Amino acid sequence: MVLERAEDEEKWLAEGIAAIQQNAFYMHRALDANNLREALKYSALMLSELRTSNLSPHKYYDLYMRAFDELRGLEMFFKDESRHGVSVVDLYELVQHAGNILPRLYLLCTVGSVYIKSKEAPAKDILKDLVEMCRGVQHPIRGLFLRSYLSQVSRDKLPDIGSEYEGDGDTVMDAVEFVLQNFTEMNKLWVRLQHQGPGRIREKREKERSELRDLVGKNLHVLSQIEGVDLEIYKETVLPGVLEQVVNCKDDLAQYYLMECLIQVFPDEYHLQTLEALLGSCSQLQPTVDIKMLLSQLMERLSNYAASSPDVLPEFLQVEAFAKLSSAIWKVIDAHAEMPVVGAISLYVSLLTFTLRVHPDRLDYVDQVLGACVKKLSGKPKLEDRRATKQIVALLSAPIEKYNDVVRALTLPNYPRVMEYLDSSTNKQMAMVIIQSIMKNNTCIKEADKVEVLFELIEGLVKDVDGIAVDELDEEDFNEEQNSVARLIHMLYNDDPEEMLKIICAVQKHIMVGGPKRQPFTVPPLVFSALRIIEALSSVPSPELALRLYLQCAEAAGDCDLEPVAYEFFTQAFVLYEEEVADSKAQVTAIHLIIGSLQRMTVFGVENRDTLTHKATGYSAKLLKKPDQCRAVYACSHLFWVDDQEGIKDGERVLLCLKRALRIANAAQQMASVTRGSAGPVTLFVEILNKYLYFFEKGNPQVTNSAIQSLVELIKNEMQSDFTTQDPASDTFFASTVRYIQYQKEKGGMMGEKYGPIKA
Amino acid sequence: MVLVLALGDLHIPHRAPDLPAKFKSMLVPGKIQHIICTGNLCIKEVHDYLKTLCPDLHITRGEYDEETRYPETKTLTIGQFKLGLCHGHQVIPWGDLDSLAMLQRQLDVDILVTGHTHQFTAYKHEGGVVINPGSATGAYSSITYDVNPSFVLMDIDGLRVVVYVYELIDGEVKVDKIDFKKTTTTTAH
Repeated sequence: MVLERAEDEEKWLAEGIAAIQQNAFYMHRALDANNLREALKYSALMLSELRTSNLSPHKYYDLYMRAFDELRGLEMFFKDESRHGVSVVDLYELVQHAGNILPRLYLLCTVGSVYIKSKEAPAKDILKDLVEMCRGVQHPIRGLFLRSYLSQVSRDKLPDIGSEYEGDGDTVMDAVEFVLQNFTEMNKLWVRLQHQGPGRIREKREKERSELRDLVGKNLHVLSQIEGVDLEIYKETVLPGVLEQVVNCKDDLAQYYLMECLIQVFPDEYHLQTLEALLGSCSQLQPTVDIKMLLSQLMERLSNYAASSPDVLPEFLQVEAFAKLSSAIWKVIDAHAEMPVVGAISLYVSLLTFTLRVHPDRLDYVDQVLGACVKKLSGKPKLEDRRATKQIVALLSAPIEKYNDVVRALTLPNYPRVMEYLDSSTNKQMAMVIIQSIMKNNTCIKEADKVEVLFELIEGLVKDVDGIAVDELDEEDFNEEQNSVARLIHMLYNDDPEEMLKIICAVQKHIMVGGPKRQPFTVPPLVFSALRIIEALSSVPSPELALRLYLQCAEAAGDCDLEPVAYEFFTQAFVLYEEEVADSKAQVTAIHLIIGSLQRMTVFGVENRDTLTHKATGYSAKLLKKPDQCRAVYACSHLFWVDDQEGIKDGERVLLCLKRALRIANAAQQMASVTRGSAGPVTLFVEILNKYLYFFEKGNPQVTNSAIQSLVELIKNEMQSDFTTQDPASDTFFASTVRYIQYQKEKGGMMGEKYGPIKA
Repeated sequence: MVLVLALGDLHIPHRAPDLPAKFKSMLVPGKIQHIICTGNLCIKEVHDYLKTLCPDLHITRGEYDEETRYPETKTLTIGQFKLGLCHGHQVIPWGDLDSLAMLQRQLDVDILVTGHTHQFTAYKHEGGVVINPGSATGAYSSITYDVNPSFVLMDIDGLRVVVYVYELIDGEVKVDKIDFKKTTTTTAH
């Protein structure tokens, strides 16, 4: 049925065109002969073809254009009174005798054009007459084209400022009123098309209406081009007139199109100054009109306007543009609770773009927009709609791109909250955007609290979230992500060692939960970051602090299984020890710290461990004072015995250390005898004895009960010797040690057995 | 009833800004008779603050302490008990009970208080007690993973000491207690 219709239309159009051409031929012949009567007759006949109801707008337009072209010739004829001898005033009267109304009115408009040009009557009167007369045609399509014709021929004859038709009571206001009225009538006709004729399907109707819309919209163009329409007139007359019609027609197609037209056609300055009226009307439109599209377009235009020149920005502040726009938007979103999330978010994106252009320094506005987004998303599960997530990424990327300074984005409290709503892969994508921005702009993040926020944002990259295990991730992507995080770590820097230490602790805290697959990427840069400050510390007179920090780093590296890095740290610690720690007391503490740390390290292979323990024992034996040497050396014995299941238990080397300590203690005694005339206190021997007991209990086979026995005897002898300085402390120590031996013997069981042979 | 506060390893300001607020509100001047501190305050401000809680303050030197003149070890007698104090980084292996026992014998004390590991422990050992009050600020330690802030309050009454440990876990203060009794008036076996 539709196809038949289409074919029929082609036929009718062809017929119509043929008829026009034929009548036009005769009309031109009449014109050539200066025969007014004939000319009018054939032109009327020609115009009758436009009386058809059979054509769709698209085809009607074809027909109309043919007639339009022919009418130009007729108009020229009308203008030249010498050719037909009738005054234009009379001509105006004459053409009204045409039989049918449509041809009559086309002819009238044509004469009217000439009439206005002649200036024999005020333009405004003629225009008013014409626009009223056109009411005679109420058929939507025919009426629209007729009025369109009126608009076209009157275009250059409006009483505008500076036009020849101005003056003597003919003013811009008359021009405006004329166009407004034509517009209003055309819109009514256009809307009526929606409800016309049963049996036509809605889609077809809407298509037809769509084809006709430019005819209606043209009027707004005309209005915008009237020179005399300044802001005042726009505000007082044009806009209210247009908006009244738009709202009252209650037709969603018309409303949407006309608002869009209005926004596009009039200058942005005007929109700024009439924001309230515009936005107010928006809220009065039919519920099915896509207001958010309109608002987005408006904001985009205003954003571009703001970007065009900094001079216009104060205007925005003056009219409180942000407040008005944002409140209109919140209202729209609240009113349309069923609006899909992507729609709301695209609105936020438009508003944010606007805010960043117009009020870039107002971080509170930016945060407000983000806050509105959070509110909209709250209570909902993570987004799955791809378009919505794309919009959110746009929303979050905008401030970063604008400010080129991620740190600003970090200060927006709502920023991380918005990110929470992203699904994990988009969240990671966004995290990468943030990192890339930092890298690109060489942004240095200097405060530990900002580092915390940053890591909150990039959480998805730094640890397993949502129960997705690392193994499930694509390897290449994963590597890229982790390398980005690694590079990021170098951007977190502060010259002040204290703040830097806080930063390092903050970063460490986060990367430690990253798991074994991530740590090989993330730990080294952190460690080297730390090295940098330590270097700074050691060139400043704080080598002792630097040494302690190196040891901390070594332990941290050890925990992460980074043997070479840990080894490097120990090496640095030893270098500092040798070159910078001069004070003997400080050396004693330092070497004990080194030994204590080394004792706990499980990461070293045999070779590395041997090198380091060798160094430690070597330095221990070289301490300034013999008692210190002795104590450090027996402390080293623990380097060869780790109580852990997998720890080393080298009984022989333990004993070697203890024996070395004993030799040193002996030497100390001898030195004391020589220099002071009496031997020193036996404390060192008692200490060494206690160490023997320690390893004895741990089951070191090299430490025998006879060895212990001889040591006990040695001590007793020394204590009884006249040469030995009496010292109550060593006496008590020995006494408590003896008590301890007794206590262990009395325990019975394995321990009792072990201690059995020892007599104290 | 004599109250002795034992705490240490605050590491202010290197590793922590301050004592937890909940601890500070509990530690009121005038309630405690003695404070023994294992060391690593690290700065004078902390020393001064502790002094306001109780004038009888005993501190041993930690390896990060600003004040280098604190002693390596200290002994004091409170009631029937002899207490020994030492930071603990000097005793290797760190945190090893048997090595600490050696120090206890050397100082000849009933109660040995040491720190360094930032981990609260309390052991009955050979008739004496070895206590580590942990880190009062929960400062980072390479020895202990995930440190909770903690301190110890000892109530010494005759031959009995009740050791109360206060730990801040997930924002709440949890208290535990352990009882010790000396068997004789002389130094216990």
